[in-house]
Formats: sequence, C-alpha cells, structure tokens
Amino acid sequence: MTNLTMPSISYWALSPILFMLLGGVLLMAVAALSRRALPPVVSTGLTLFAGTGALVFSLIERHHVASSKATTTVAGAIAIDGLSVVIAVTVSCSVLLATCFGHRYLERMHIAGAEYHVLALTSASGAMIMAAANDLVVLFLGLEILSIALYVLVALNRSSAKSEEAALKYFILGGFSSAIFVFGIAFTYGATGSTNLQVIAQSLAASVAAKPGILLVGLALLLVGFCFKVAAVPFHLWTPDVYEGAPTPVTGFMAAVAKTGGFAALIRVLLAGLPTARSTWTPALYAIAIVTLFGGALLMVVQRDVKRMLAYSSINHAGFIFLGILAATSAGVSADLFYLFTYSIAAIGTFGILTMLASENDDDSTIDRYRGLVHNHPVLTGCLAVLVLAQAGVPLTTGFLAKFGVVEAATGTGAIPLAILAMVSAAIAAFAYLRFVLSLYAGTPEEAVSLDLDGATRAPLAGIAVGLTVAVTVFFGIFPATLLDFVRVAADHLLP
Amino acid sequence: MHTFPYLSLLVLVPLIGAAIVGAIAKPAQAVAQKLGLGVAVLELGLGVALLVAFKRTGDFQFTSVHPWASSLGISWNLGVDGISLFLVAMTLLVVPIVLLGAQVKEHGAAFAAWVLVLEGAAVASFLSLDLMLFFIAFELTLVPSYFLIIRFGYERRNYAAVKFFVMTFLGSAFLLVGILVLAFKHQSQTGVLTFSLEALRHTNLSGGMGVWLSLAFLAAFAVKAPLFPLHTWSPTTYREAPTGGSMVLSAVLAKLGTYGILRFNLTLFPHASKVLAPLVLTLATIGILYGAIVASAQSDMKRLVAYSSLAQVGFIVLGTFTFTTVGLTGAVTMMVNHGIITAAFFMLIGWIAERRGGWDTGLLRGLQKPAPVLAGVFTLVMLASIGLPGLNGFVGEFLVLLGTFATHRWWGVTATFGVVVAAIYWLWNYQQVFHGKADAENAETPDLTRNERLIIAPLLVLIVFLGVFPKFMLDRIEPAVAKEVAAVVATESTSPSGTTLHSIAPSATRGGVQ
Repeated sequence: MTNLTMPSISYWALSPILFMLLGGVLLMAVAALSRRALPPVVSTGLTLFAGTGALVFSLIERHHVASSKATTTVAGAIAIDGLSVVIAVTVSCSVLLATCFGHRYLERMHIAGAEYHVLALTSASGAMIMAAANDLVVLFLGLEILSIALYVLVALNRSSAKSEEAALKYFILGGFSSAIFVFGIAFTYGATGSTNLQVIAQSLAASVAAKPGILLVGLALLLVGFCFKVAAVPFHLWTPDVYEGAPTPVTGFMAAVAKTGGFAALIRVLLAGLPTARSTWTPALYAIAIVTLFGGALLMVVQRDVKRMLAYSSINHAGFIFLGILAATSAGVSADLFYLFTYSIAAIGTFGILTMLASENDDDSTIDRYRGLVHNHPVLTGCLAVLVLAQAGVPLTTGFLAKFGVVEAATGTGAIPLAILAMVSAAIAAFAYLRFVLSLYAGTPEEAVSLDLDGATRAPLAGIAVGLTVAVTVFFGIFPATLLDFVRVAADHLLP
Repeated sequence: MHTFPYLSLLVLVPLIGAAIVGAIAKPAQAVAQKLGLGVAVLELGLGVALLVAFKRTGDFQFTSVHPWASSLGISWNLGVDGISLFLVAMTLLVVPIVLLGAQVKEHGAAFAAWVLVLEGAAVASFLSLDLMLFFIAFELTLVPSYFLIIRFGYERRNYAAVKFFVMTFLGSAFLLVGILVLAFKHQSQTGVLTFSLEALRHTNLSGGMGVWLSLAFLAAFAVKAPLFPLHTWSPTTYREAPTGGSMVLSAVLAKLGTYGILRFNLTLFPHASKVLAPLVLTLATIGILYGAIVASAQSDMKRLVAYSSLAQVGFIVLGTFTFTTVGLTGAVTMMVNHGIITAAFFMLIGWIAERRGGWDTGLLRGLQKPAPVLAGVFTLVMLASIGLPGLNGFVGEFLVLLGTFATHRWWGVTATFGVVVAAIYWLWNYQQVFHGKADAENAETPDLTRNERLIIAPLLVLIVFLGVFPKFMLDRIEPAVAKEVAAVVATESTSPSGTTLHSIAPSATRGGVQ
C-alpha cells in the first residue's frame, strides 16, 4: 500500500479561482434546490458577488506578489505570480461585465435561469487555472473546464438553430484540439520526463534534450492546441461561425476569456517552460503571427456580418499578441498583459452593445442592420464607435497603447519586419472598422431603423457596463500610467 | 523657471472645450455652438499672447516637460520655435473663421466640437518635441477629420473619408515603426529609452539605417502633405468634405506633413536627407508640374484648389530640401501663407456653393456683376495664390526659388514653369466664373453679406500685411531655421556607406553642387 501524501495547499492563493468555482457550484445548487425558477436578480446578484470577490482577492494577491515574490502551491502545480494574478483580474472583470450584459438578454431570449451564470463562472475559473497552471496536466484541466463550459454556453440559445450548429462545430473541433494538446503533453513528457514547467525548463537547460525529435513533436502539438484556442490562422476556421452563432453576450465573453486564458497559458509554457527551445518555436510562431495578422485583417474587410467581422478582428488581435510573446522579454509580456486586459474590456463592451441591440431571436447581425443607428441611439452609437475605434488602435484609447506596446516590444528585439507587417495589417483592419462606424453614422433619420426592442437598450445594468467599458478604454488611453505599472510589476514577477 | 504654461493650455483648451461642447450639444445646441466659438476665440487670444511673448531666438521656448507614460518612454514635451510659431498661429486663426463662416446647418455643436478636437490635436502636433507624443497627436487628427467628413460631407463622403483615413493610417504605420527603431537604436547606444527629439537627434546612425528610417518618416509625411505620388486622397477628400472641413484639412492638416519633414526628417536624419534630396526634389517638382497641369483641366473648383495645393506643397518641399536658410525660411513662410490663402479659397467656394448650389465652373458664369465684392475678394486671394509681389503668396515662393536656384538649379528652373501655369489656370478659372454674361440664375447671385465680409477680412488683411511686411514673420522664423540648417550642414557631406539612392539619381546629386 503506497503512502499518499497530500501536498500543502494555500487556499488563500487559490481564492480567486475558488470564488469563481464555488460561486458557480453554489448557484447551481441553489437553482436546483429552489422549488420555483430562481428570479434573475438572484442569479445575477450571486454571480456579481462571486466575480467581485474574485476581483478583490486577485487585486490583494497582486499587491502581495508585487511586494514579495512569485511562489507556487499545490506541490508546484499552481503558480502564484504576476501573470496569474493579472489574468485573474482581467478574467474577473470580464465575468462582471458579461453578467451585466447577460441579465436582460436572457429574459428577452426566454432562456432566463442560472445556467448562463453558472457556466460563465465555471469557464472563468478554467481560464484562471490555465493562467496559473505550472504543470501541463493542470493546464489541460483548466483548458477543459474553460472549453466544456463554453461549448454549452454557445448552445445556450436553444431556440436558435445557428446557436446549436455553432456549438456542435465548436465542440467537435475543440475536442480534436484538446486531443492534440494532450498528445503534445505526452510527447513533451516523453522528451523531458516531467509535466512540471520548471522541471522541464531545468532538464532542457541542464542537457541538450535527450530526444529532440520527440520534444519537437510535442512542442508542435502543444502549439497547435493553443493556436486553436486563441484562434490563430490556420486554426481559426471555427471562429467566425461560432462567434456568429453563439448568443451575443456569450460571444463577447468567449472573445475575452478564451483568448485571455489561452494566451496566458501559452506565455507561461513558452517563456517559463520552454525558453531554451526558443530557437525552435520562434520561427513557427513568427510565421503563424504573420498569417494571423493578415488573415484576420483581410478577411475582416469582406464580412457583411458584424459578429463575423469582430471574429476576424479577434484573429487580427491574436496576431498582435503573438508579437509580445515573440519578443520574449519582460516588456513583451507586460505589453501582452496590457493588450489582453484592454482587448477584453473593449471586446465585451462592443459585443455588449450588440447584445442590447440584438434582434428578436438574436440571429440577425448584418452590418446593414445597424445602418443609421446614430439617429435613434446617439449615445449608444457614440460608445460603440469609441470601442470599435479603440480596437482599430486610435490614439487616446487603450487600443493604441496596446498595439504600441507590443510593436515596441517586437521592435526592441529587432523584429522590425514583423512590426511593420503588424502595423500594415492594422491599417487594413482599420478600413473594416471604419466602414462599420461609417454605416452607424450613415443615412437619414427617416430610413434608420429603431432597434429599441422591448426597452432592451434601456437596460440599466447593461448601460452601466457600457459606461464602464468606455470609461476604462478612454481613461487608460489618456492616463495609462497606472495600468502600465500594474502589468509591468506583474511581468517583473514572473515565475522563472 | 516658472512661466505661464502657454503651450499646455494651447493644447488642452480646445480639447477640454470640445468635450464640454460635445456633452451639452444635445440639451443646449445653440449654447454649445456659441461656447465652441468662444473656446476658439479664447484659444486665438492665447495664441496672440504667445506671439507677443515670443522672443526672436532660434531655441525652443515656453518648453513644458512632464512625465506621462514613463514606463513606455513617452513624455509630455512641448516647445515652440520660429518654425512652429506661425503654423500654430495660423491654425488658431483659421478655426474661429471656420466656426463663424462655414458653420453647418444642422448639428452645429457637434461640428464645433470636432473642429476643436482637430485644432487641439493639430496644435499638439506642431508643438510636440517628443516623437511619440507627436505621433499620437498626428494620428489623433484623423478621428475628427473622419467624423467631419462622414457627418457633414457631400455625396461621396464615405468613400473619401475611408480613403483618407486608410492612406494616412498606412503611412503612419511606417512612421511608428521608424520612431521605435530610432528610439531603440538610441537606447542601445545610451541605455535610455526616450522619444525626446533633442535626445534622439544625437543617435549615431549608419548611412543605410538613416536612409531607411528617413524613408519611413517620409512615407507618413508625404501622404499627409500630400507629396506626389501619394496625393490621390486629397482631391476626393477636399471635394467631399464640408467647407469648414476642407479649410482645416488643407490649411492646417496638410501642413503637418510638410512640417514633419522639416522638423523630424531634417533634424533627425540630416545625412540621409541629403542622400534622399534628389529623389524628394524630383517628386516635388513633378508634383508642382503635375498639380498645375491637372488643375488646369478641372471644372470642379474644390478639386482645382486641391491640385493647386499639390503644386504649392511641392514648392514647400522643394524649399525644405535645399538645406539653405533662404530655402527653408521660404518653405516655412509658404506653409503659413498657403494655409491662409487656401482657407480663404475654400471659404469663398463654400459661399458660392451656398448661393448657387454648386461649385462647378459649368454652373457659374458672370458672377462679377451681381456680386462685385465677392469677385474682388476672390481676385485678391487668387492673385496671392499666383504669387503676385506685394501679396503674401509671393514671399515664400520667391525665397524657395531663390534657395533652389542657388543649390539645385535645374529643379528650380523646372519648378518655375509651375508658377506660370498657376497664373494660367487661375485666371482662366476666374474668367469662366466671374466674367461673361450671367444667365438668369447667376444674375440673381447675392453679394457677400456684411457678416461674411467681416469674417473673411482677417484673412485678407493678412494676405496684404504679410505680403507688404514679411519681415514680421521672417525675423522670427529665420533664427530657428538657421539653427536647423547649421545642424544639417555640419554633418559631413560624403556618405559613409555607398547607399543605393546615389545610383538611382547619380547626376542629380552632382548637379546640386555646381
């Protein structure tokens, strides 16, 4: 009989993840046990409480990390460092915003209930686990928690065939990519003898990899798995369909949280686990970054549907985030964290406004539908324009500084061609963003359709959330110092 | 040393004013519109105070340096010298005139707010001594321009706005990467990450690197200026923009391009600028001739001004790349004067359009009789644009040609044809529009109202004053320009590494020093 020793667990360090996970479980239990349907206020309130708790505790933890240093817990499987806490903050904010946008939407679509909130909290905890995972197996666990909850979220709009189709597509392709990812873990384990990132890094640094061929295969499979999750070309084919078919608040949530979790884990695996194999993964990532930048930007231009356009936009953004990873410096990591935070806010805000304007069954989001929106909803249109222009990278919004940061990091390591290509792709993407903004401001008041469907555009909670996203986007665009320091300190306290 | 923060105020007053105007636009349209005008006038007052307080030295004055996004190396670093002083002053003058004379019929407050944002961003660009702050302001000008065009423009405004935005944005992509590469080059040499112009000018650049960076900067500025062959956005955009938009775009925004070349290309890459001079001079000369010839074929008056501007910008760039005090002083003078003249043109065309419903020469005939004051004002502006001695257009053009003849004779000779053609197309245009016998509709054209006369008067006064008494401007421009030229001349004249551009135009470089 073997002796099973329990590793020491710092529950304090896990508190943001636990808030999300337990919040989800509690909400599920309450919903299951209550005799009548849970009032939406209760589920929304509980979710907001859990999200706020996670946010507060991750902020405290971030303060802790900055003043002491990075540590691990659960026998080295979970890292408590700058990366994990900043991602926890980002994900918590995403959950809070997505909850606000979902509140009224769920009633309108007649899918009110605890499911949306439970699944959002669960998948958020998955993203946090991914960011904190210091072990490939834990990373996989986080990936699955994130993904499985997202598959269900995408299918949430039961009455919409599009939603079901998107979920099925996401599920099948996601399942494939998870399988590939597990293979990647297995091969990496075979080459290095461990799944712990520190041990992997040490074994690779100590000797030339015993089985370089196997490591290479493992690395390639891991990269494919990640590229699927963060929607990088050529593993992006699911993205437009799923973004279009998913319920709109879910699309926003997915754009922010799945990308954040995926990139956080990718940063940790490549920079903490496999820094010695940098010469191997850099060329591959370089090529993927270029095709992702241009694939996203060029395909954006030909889209007629806003959600599909924003799907390709998220692909273009993924290309930019690769720039920071390729730089493989502290500046690159902090630029990426800044990018992930500001993109999450802008993306959720954009999809949030689209949520408020969603059609009867949330199945029509063509660009023409929003033509002349300004005539009936001037303030909301202004907010949408700010958020879209921020994604285009216009100065005095966070979008500009985010792009600037990653391009600066890339230039700093001599990747000048990549920096130029990235900016050219941004110009192409800007064309698509502008065309959308243009249509919002086009037309005459007479021909503009009013999209005020049963007062949804006056939903107070969603209105507050829109205000917050715009305020954050503009405020940190003009006074970025606080946020820049916030992420920089974190990047300095990255687990080696 | 604590001085009155003129420059920070000049940047912030219009931006904050715009925010307030935008915020109260909905409940109190009329008040907001008046407030917008008030802010523009206050700003002009600040500008006049600055002009009075300005000392005639070549150094940067009223500098204001504060940390901003310090972890990215960006600082709030403003300063004014003779080169930027009058460009700022011209901007501040044009804006209230736009708000008075070219106010739109509906959503006037929104119009005023966007114009003020544009003013703030343009002033920030002119005053910025931090490259990244400049870049941010330079990019920021796109947003108000874009919204001015799509909200208040004419039929094909969407096409024009997107073309304008994307071409400029694409040019800026190269500028951004260029700035970053330069800053990192500087960081690797000194260990300090900064975007300060003063620090970066001492970066040690190899010949090839300097040329590449210089080209990256030129890409952005040549689109904005616009320099042939990157001018294709300008005729469409000037035509489709509302009158006020065309005024600010051509008078102020286009100057950001020529100013950028002068301030950044020459200061940061003196050597590369010399290497690139034959290429740029040739493009400028082509622009002068091409602009003049195409302008002759226009029946659309706004497009005519656009092509005429292309020619004028060619002269400005020509003067800049002579690397002589005379040529550069001429270039700066011309930027200011061209701004005044072109603003007046677009204003007049706007008023003609209000009366006659269009600005195509096919529509207009014999306006002189029913509207003699309009015709007289137009004549004055036109003569200034042609370069009649005694009016402001002459001064810059003359100095530019003087500088060019001294150093790059053949380009000067070729460019002179542009002056001749300009006289032809303007006089021809004037004949078509104002002479001849007016048909029934044209005969009813009302003359300029008293308000309109008052609004355009400042521009006319300056056209005459700066023509008769150019010393006022030249005295203040020259010290700064001389400093710039001295720095350029100080760099050794032989190329450290054989750069490819010599082989592109070998005769050109030699022709320059004969």
